[in-house]
Amino acid sequence: MSLSEENIHLEVNNLFLSFDGVKAVSDFSFKIERGEICAIIGPNGAGKSSVLNVLNGIYRPSSGEIIFNGTHFKHFKPTQAAKDGIGRTFQHNALFPKMTVLNNVLTGLSQKSAVTIFEHALRLPRTVRQEKVFYERSLETIRFLGLHEHRNTVAETLPYGIQKLVGLARALVSSPEMLLLDEPMAGMTAEEKKEMSRLIVAISETLNVTIILIEHDIEVVTNLAKHVVVLDYGRKLADGRPEDVVNDPDVIASYLGDR
Amino acid sequence: MQTSDVTYDHGKGDDLLANDLPSKGAGQSRWQGIAFAALLLAAPSFAGDFWLSVFMMPWLILSLAGIGLNITTGYAGLLSIGAGGFMAVGAYGMYAFAVHGGIENFLVILLLGGLATAIVGFLVGIPSTRIGGFYVIVTTLAAQFFLVWLFGDVPWFYNYSPVPTIALPPTVQLFGLNLTNDPIVSYYFVVVTVIALTWVAKNLVESPIGRNWIAVRDMNIAAQVIGIKVNSSKILAFAIGGFYLGIAGALWAFLFLQNGSPEGFGLDKSFQVLFLIIIGGMGTIRGNFIGAAFVLLLPIVITAASSWIFGNSEFQGLLSNTDNVIFGALIVLILIKEPEGFDKLIRNLSTKIQR
Amino acid sequence: MSTFLETLISGVLTGMMYSLVAISFILIFRASGVFNYAQGAMMLFSTLFFVTMLGEGAPFIVALLIAIITSVLLAVAVERVVLRPMANSSAVTLFMATLGVSYVVNGLAQGILGTETQGLDLGIEDTPIFVGGVLVSRFDLWAAGFSLCVVILLALFFSRTRLGISVRAVADDTAAAQSVGINLSRIWQVSWALSAVVGLFAGMIWGASQGVSFSLEFLILKALPVLIIGGFTSIEGAIVAGILVGGGEALAETYLSPYIGGGLGSWFAYVLAVAFLLIRPTGLFGDAAIERV
Repeated sequence: MSLSEENIHLEVNNLFLSFDGVKAVSDFSFKIERGEICAIIGPNGAGKSSVLNVLNGIYRPSSGEIIFNGTHFKHFKPTQAAKDGIGRTFQHNALFPKMTVLNNVLTGLSQKSAVTIFEHALRLPRTVRQEKVFYERSLETIRFLGLHEHRNTVAETLPYGIQKLVGLARALVSSPEMLLLDEPMAGMTAEEKKEMSRLIVAISETLNVTIILIEHDIEVVTNLAKHVVVLDYGRKLADGRPEDVVNDPDVIASYLGDR
Repeated sequence: MQTSDVTYDHGKGDDLLANDLPSKGAGQSRWQGIAFAALLLAAPSFAGDFWLSVFMMPWLILSLAGIGLNITTGYAGLLSIGAGGFMAVGAYGMYAFAVHGGIENFLVILLLGGLATAIVGFLVGIPSTRIGGFYVIVTTLAAQFFLVWLFGDVPWFYNYSPVPTIALPPTVQLFGLNLTNDPIVSYYFVVVTVIALTWVAKNLVESPIGRNWIAVRDMNIAAQVIGIKVNSSKILAFAIGGFYLGIAGALWAFLFLQNGSPEGFGLDKSFQVLFLIIIGGMGTIRGNFIGAAFVLLLPIVITAASSWIFGNSEFQGLLSNTDNVIFGALIVLILIKEPEGFDKLIRNLSTKIQR
Repeated sequence: MSTFLETLISGVLTGMMYSLVAISFILIFRASGVFNYAQGAMMLFSTLFFVTMLGEGAPFIVALLIAIITSVLLAVAVERVVLRPMANSSAVTLFMATLGVSYVVNGLAQGILGTETQGLDLGIEDTPIFVGGVLVSRFDLWAAGFSLCVVILLALFFSRTRLGISVRAVADDTAAAQSVGINLSRIWQVSWALSAVVGLFAGMIWGASQGVSFSLEFLILKALPVLIIGGFTSIEGAIVAGILVGGGEALAETYLSPYIGGGLGSWFAYVLAVAFLLIRPTGLFGDAAIERV
């Protein structure tokens, strides 16, 4: 697959990651085009979440190159990644349990706050104005994901599927350039998966966000993503269009064939 | 789960948005606050001097201390057992600005004392960002013991008098009024200060700053991933919490007790403030007022009830320790049954009533 | 020079007392993962009980046995009533609960048994002995020796007895221990009971030298820095750290006081602990697993 150079949003070269001597990721490289949807698949423990954690700054790679928007990064911090426009959802949601949906989403905008403590403390006009902007933006995102009726519900009381959407809203509200979704459809019914797929496509096309997601359901993957990467034991097995990857003999042998 | 259109009808959307904006949504608690403030301001007209000085003042000042500790421990989740020490910084700091700095304006030295405590809070906060969770207790305990020792050990802090007790010089005034002499005037000063600072605290906790504290407390990694600077947030919690504790400490020493000494700000004080925020509700503003009332009233109620029930002094030994037993038991009960304290119980009650 | 040695040795011997108290904490921490602030109050309760019975004329052994039984019952009760329902709470919440318990037990102890300081005579004279030209307190030596015996006994228990090995297994990997049929509930009770007994001994020794009063409870405030420096899970760590803290404190008090005033003891250990937390958070011998940010 040929990618034009200016259109490469993210490039990873020869990524290595180890924990206590165990190699989680070995010599992983791939290129992501701006605006594409890329799915990372592979058996459990293959290192998929680890790759995401590196992209996001949660893990430091032992070696390797990460080039985002043409700039080299050796060491990410999560806050830096957020600032650069990389958003992330977690497999287990990691919502702020005691906050309402609205407050969870609002917190996604904290990094954009341009108001000083004193203005907050005395509720000066700039604070009130920013607050209004944040609220409107948050409610917009909440409506986009169909969460409006839950906006004042405390997060920990919500069903798992709705919590997943809240996590997505929180990541989306700050208008990221790239979204890393960790198993966004885990635990969902076929119907729910269809809806989530539609949402992901909507996010990608309308909001122009590049998406990298980890997913297990091959049917979902082939319908959703134009670019698929297969990981096994921390190594890349295949990288290309869904049709090609699904028919790759190595992939079938190690992953698909065992289903 | 509905699929929503990306572009929505602005007409209908605007109405919905308007109802959710903070200025509208906070209606109920705002009315509560105004009513409460009005009551406090009107109190001298129906409460005697005794009630004002012996109950209302310490209650308001302790609530303020509670707000300070709550910011650090309740909202930001950093367990601090240094409340007493911070309160001492406020008192001894204010004293230093009066006696060594020669400043005679009560309000100015009060604020300076608070500022000094904010700085100390900032310094204590720095190591706590490298240490996590439970161990933050150790830095706060180190600060607690060191500060109490410092104010008793370095004579400069108590102006070289034979005992480390401090009292404000009579030249310190506000608008020509000597605050420590007149119970009504000092009461009003405390009320206005507490109302103003409570309003500020409410603004802070409802702003991104407050949300960041809760985020850092509950899901540290997720907070970082959405761009929250966790370390700054924690240090800020210590600094701002420190400011409130300092103001409370100064008011406690000079307007309530009329003098301050290191022992009064010892570990027992730290535990008292910690208990009040647990009982009242960690992570709330209103809970501090509830908790402070409990902590002040319960011993009085128990003594009154005990002498009514037991009457004679044979059980005195038992009586004097009953407060401790009941407080301790209350703490355990709350932590097991309703960790969010009495504020949550009241919220549950009012939701039920509204149905 | 002899002042230096005397101060150091006296401090080290006191430090071993801290170690003993710290060990009683470690026993609970390894079982329940909580820093049991109520330890001090519980120690006070059982020691006061012991002293009261002696005062009522009970023979030493009888009083000791009854005190041991009482302390064990108290510990098991606390574990059952307070800790069990809160098993899923955070370390911070658990600590606050033990704080509450300490107030309850303290209140009960002083309410039922009285608030006056009571002397405790263990039959050891506190006469000074000369060891290599240096003056050492006989009592301190005896106390240190006793602490060492306790440590050795515990070490034997944990390595040679079935029960001891089970306790270690639970501390290492609760799920795995359960899967080989170890009864968790019983292990917790054993740990708390052991901790209570060690605490009682520590209380008795401290009480004999300082008198039995509520200041006993503040002994536990010394235990926390020792645990931080030595590591929350290591008994050897507690010994080494106790020596460090005790010795350091004594030396600081003697040599620094002329410059910065007395009473350093109140914060010295804590500042040392903070330094350790910044440089080596797991302590000298602790497990890396404890770090929870």
